[in-house]
Amino acid sequence: MLRVQGINVYYGAIHALKDLSIEVRQGEIVTLIGANGAGKSTLLQTLSGLLKPKTGSIEFLDKSITNQSVQSIVKQGLIHCPEGRRVFANMSVEENLELGAYLQNPSSLAADFERVYNTFPRLLERKKQQAGTLSGGEQQMLAMGRALMGHPKLLLLDEPSMGLAPLLVRDIFTIVKEVNDAGTTVLLVEQNAHQALKIAHRAYVLETGRVVLEGDAKELADSEEIKMAYLGH
Amino acid sequence: MKKLNKNFWVGIIAALAFYGVVQVLLTTGIFTDVTRSMLLLIGVNIMLAVSLNLITGITGQFSIGHAGFMSVGAYTSAILTLDYNVPFVPAIIAGGLLAAVFGVLIGMPTLRLNGDYLAIATLGFGEIIRIIMLNTEYVGGASGLSGIPAKTTWTMLFLFTLITVVVINNFIGSTHGRACIAIRENEIAAEAMGINTTRYKIIAFTIGALFAGMAGGLSAHTFYVITPGSFNFLKSFEIIVMVVLGGLGSTAGSIVGAVFVTLLYTYLREFPEWRMIIYSIVLILMMIFRPSGLLGKTKFSLGKFGKKEAKANDAISENSAP
Repeated sequence: MLRVQGINVYYGAIHALKDLSIEVRQGEIVTLIGANGAGKSTLLQTLSGLLKPKTGSIEFLDKSITNQSVQSIVKQGLIHCPEGRRVFANMSVEENLELGAYLQNPSSLAADFERVYNTFPRLLERKKQQAGTLSGGEQQMLAMGRALMGHPKLLLLDEPSMGLAPLLVRDIFTIVKEVNDAGTTVLLVEQNAHQALKIAHRAYVLETGRVVLEGDAKELADSEEIKMAYLGH
Repeated sequence: MKKLNKNFWVGIIAALAFYGVVQVLLTTGIFTDVTRSMLLLIGVNIMLAVSLNLITGITGQFSIGHAGFMSVGAYTSAILTLDYNVPFVPAIIAGGLLAAVFGVLIGMPTLRLNGDYLAIATLGFGEIIRIIMLNTEYVGGASGLSGIPAKTTWTMLFLFTLITVVVINNFIGSTHGRACIAIRENEIAAEAMGINTTRYKIIAFTIGALFAGMAGGLSAHTFYVITPGSFNFLKSFEIIVMVVLGGLGSTAGSIVGAVFVTLLYTYLREFPEWRMIIYSIVLILMMIFRPSGLLGKTKFSLGKFGKKEAKANDAISENSAP
């Protein structure tokens, strides 16, 4: 579904992604794990078109999306739920969701609201509330709900568990699994490698802009190397 | 939608009623010439504040170059009426259009900038325009243009102001307006939702510049004289003050802010030595006790109709949601 081949991305003089290649297949949850600064978020931003690769190619649904605008990438169903929630703080929950459907046909709006409110009943309770006054967990749900409003075929989730209480982290991962079961392919960036490897099918381990390990999520979770470096036992 | 439309028409009728009352007071001579020119100034300032609010309050792009757009409109329309005998209304519109062109021109390169950097760049733009006017013999250099026919009537001004408010307010209420607000709230998220942020920033700048240019033309044709000095960065600041005082992001707030600042300025003229001090103190007190501005983020509505409009909005979203 998504094939990234040998991309190089720079921030000015900093070489952030080096000859990086990954693949995501239809129906999978693929997780990217790695330390801070490994290039995980950079990769997601490159996939959604917020950053442009200097070399290399990105193919989505067998079509090249390298150097396409964010708008056209979003339109094709590759939707990025950025790091740090980034909800529209002074708008209501409902208005936030509506903007998620910005490029969608207005006629499907009612059905989309229903779908998202079913996934996140909490958002329905709070639909008139200002997004900035929601708790961290609710804001994360809103950010994910907003991304789901855009009918993602491939959802890029950047650190959905960041800064959340352990109980909420579990909820969020359960929801990611549900979203995936409902047919959305997910590329998940996580610091919480333990949880991420539990729900993912496959995983890539990134270190300083390169893929250093890849494989089946279960196998990686059991490998000594990963246990030592990322799982802390 | 019906309720919203009704509110819209109530607003228009109230505005027309206000126009009628003032018109009667002017023709019967109860309003003096001083009052009249103050009214014209208020109208011009409302146009400036409402148009800047679209750029700064709604789209979140801090601009200190609004007087620059105003001066483009003022000079263009003045030259057209003075040297080419172009009728008044087309001259004003031409001034607005040229200002809008400048809005696009300045928009393209500078809108990649954010926050402080954009503010500095727009400040630079305003100053460049002023310096160019200052050094161009054709437009009178430092002494500017004088003898501009005073063709701005109360009726004309009222119409232009009304059009400004209606057009900008409808823009804000539309999908495009939502997109602009999303940019203000969080640019990266807006971009990730598929909103073309650069395009909307340029649109906001262009519409803002268009109406600022028209306001410039109208003010030139009110006060006979324009000089480069009347469009310096202090003028830009004055417009920002109106918008912030009224409440960033609120059209109604911008109108109230413009009226308030103009009245304050006019009445303080009697105490010239105290004027700037009182003015500054008012600003400081406002920011301490009412930092969100006089009207906060109130959506456009005429005072008490505000609540109705909010309810109407709720009703709409109730229908669209399950």
